[in-house]
Amino acid sequence: MAETSTMSERSVTRFLTARRGGGSLHWTDIFSYVYLALGVALMFGPVVWLALSSFKTPAGLQEFPPTLLPLGQIERSVEGYDDPLPMFKVTMDDGTVRELAQIRRIGIIAQMVDPENPDETIKVPIASREPIREFRVAWENYTKPLERFNFLTYLNNSVIVTAAATLVTLLINSMAAFGLAIYEFRGRNAVMLFVIGTLMIPITIILVPAYLVVTELGMVNTLWAVILPGAATPTGVFLLRQYMLTIPRDLIEAARMDKASEWSIYWRIVLPLSLPAIAVLAIFSVMWRWNDFLWPLIVLNRSEVYTLQIGLNAFQGELDVQWHYVLAMTVVALIPVTLVFAFLQRFITTGIASSGMK
Amino acid sequence: MTEIRLKNVLKAYGKVEVIHGIDLHVESGEFVVFVGPSGCGKSTLLRIIAGLEKVTGGEVLIDGNVVNTIPASERGLAMVFQSYALYPHMSVYKNMAFGLENSRMPRSEIESRVNQAAAMLQITDYLHRRPKQLSGGQRQRVAIGRAIVRDPKAFLFDEPLSNLDAELRVAMRKELAALHGKLGGTMIYVTHDQIEAMTLANKIVVLNAGRVEQIGAPLDLYNNPQNTFVAGFIGSPRMNLLEADIAEGEGGLALSAGGQRIAIPAIDGLKAGDKVTFGARPEHIAIVGEGEGDIEAKVDLTEQLGGETYVYCTVGGLPQLTVHQVGQLPVHSGETVHLRFNRDEMHLFDASGKVIVNGFKS
Repeated sequence: MAETSTMSERSVTRFLTARRGGGSLHWTDIFSYVYLALGVALMFGPVVWLALSSFKTPAGLQEFPPTLLPLGQIERSVEGYDDPLPMFKVTMDDGTVRELAQIRRIGIIAQMVDPENPDETIKVPIASREPIREFRVAWENYTKPLERFNFLTYLNNSVIVTAAATLVTLLINSMAAFGLAIYEFRGRNAVMLFVIGTLMIPITIILVPAYLVVTELGMVNTLWAVILPGAATPTGVFLLRQYMLTIPRDLIEAARMDKASEWSIYWRIVLPLSLPAIAVLAIFSVMWRWNDFLWPLIVLNRSEVYTLQIGLNAFQGELDVQWHYVLAMTVVALIPVTLVFAFLQRFITTGIASSGMK
Repeated sequence: MTEIRLKNVLKAYGKVEVIHGIDLHVESGEFVVFVGPSGCGKSTLLRIIAGLEKVTGGEVLIDGNVVNTIPASERGLAMVFQSYALYPHMSVYKNMAFGLENSRMPRSEIESRVNQAAAMLQITDYLHRRPKQLSGGQRQRVAIGRAIVRDPKAFLFDEPLSNLDAELRVAMRKELAALHGKLGGTMIYVTHDQIEAMTLANKIVVLNAGRVEQIGAPLDLYNNPQNTFVAGFIGSPRMNLLEADIAEGEGGLALSAGGQRIAIPAIDGLKAGDKVTFGARPEHIAIVGEGEGDIEAKVDLTEQLGGETYVYCTVGGLPQLTVHQVGQLPVHSGETVHLRFNRDEMHLFDASGKVIVNGFKS
């Protein structure tokens, strides 16, 4: 009974242990929880794994079997040795277990020393020792690249590209959507179909022609080369247009009677009423632009204009990948999109268009 | 002050003609009501005047200028929509100021005009609320206020009261009439409710299937309907319309229908054997004593409203007749009553529905 009373007090607990109908556990409850847990694992697993791994040392990353938490081997300074020595748990021949520091390893034999008794060297087969580890966060994965690697420049470029491209996308997509939603003209649906039809052309096909156009315009190695080509998105036009179709026509006509110019109908009536759809497109656009890799990789060749995603690629050499830096910087790169999403998602569900009518 | 003139206005959507050549003259300061059943084209006609629909033929003139090609925003008219069409993202003040801001009026002038209109409509307390925080009647006032502040050449109303409940509708109707008295502007008002039409209009335009049936003052339409449509449409409850044949009668003619005969005076051009429709309003049929009536009828149903009584009765071979009497009447269903038609108020229409005579002169 005490359990149930705490459950009713804590709504979160109650939410997380909600059951179908009464108290007993129905098979559909079990099924739902398994299904939901699977979904959570699929969605959050990689992100959690990424975040945890970003705090591991290079050695920790290479380890097999992998550990979930970032662990580091304990080191101790021992009298007579300049550097701190790694500590091991050693099973001795007589079955006793001792904590020893390793001096060096030769083949399959490790030379070890007891920190309490530094004069005596003990030879141990490497199979009988096990590193002593503790939870340790490798902050240097974050601090080092932030110092050495041009992180701030890349971040700056990424922010400029994302912000400018999103603004341009919202502006021209909403204008196109306005035209296709508010005005009735012959061929309106044909134009809309044509716009949607461009969704069927994969980017790999237009990569070369688009590159040629960008080169001709002299935009290679400028941020405009990334901002402009993707600004008109069929998805965005479609999304906004369908939303604008739900705005009551009476409002547009009332604005016309109120001497509003077409621009002010667009800017002061339709755009504010389309805010929920615009927020959705803004989230999409920010995600697309922030995570865009292929196109910037092609048109940006100088490191001053690299975006974050291209910058991250620099940790990937031909022979060696510095995974600890890649992972840490990926986490940093995720933060802004997450914030944008957290801020804009509340606009998604607010539909306000019909509340002024009737 | 503004006069509006329509000359042979035609409107078609593709091949479907909805307005078949309408001529109309709305004089300056007049309150004109377009009335008709739904789908008769009255709203379309209003939207044509507003500039929200293009005509496919004919001319629209405002103050003598042809405005066919002038867009709605430049015609200088204001419209109140059935749905109110208030901008949901703007406060009441902003809603009312929007039209003035579009004509680049100075801020102080906008403020004084909005405040003045708000005071007139008693919405000053709500100026900073959003439309969704208002009741239906308040939204209606805001919609009217939005039209008033513009000081337009003419006001167009598209069924503005149809979303209000019955009580509020009566109150707003009175306010609209008072408003017209106060502002004195030209107003065109569309409704399907003939009571609104009768109470508000200086001039009623009865429309049916894209054509004008009759234009006239409210009582003129009531007293002298030009055809069976107007006779049936104006007046509530509707006029009793019965098909009859003309027969010879003693000292004149007689109407013969379903075995009943009603004597009428002789009329030029009408002879025995002609088919006619005769009409008598419920209030123009009297319940009289035995031997004084024209016909004998059986009461189906009575509706006692206290101040007035409606009697629905059947006469052999005729459709149901509605009789209206002032006061309370001790008549019950199943009884037999004697009905007498007031000859001065009887209407006679020919086979095509056009009027022959409105009221016989005795």
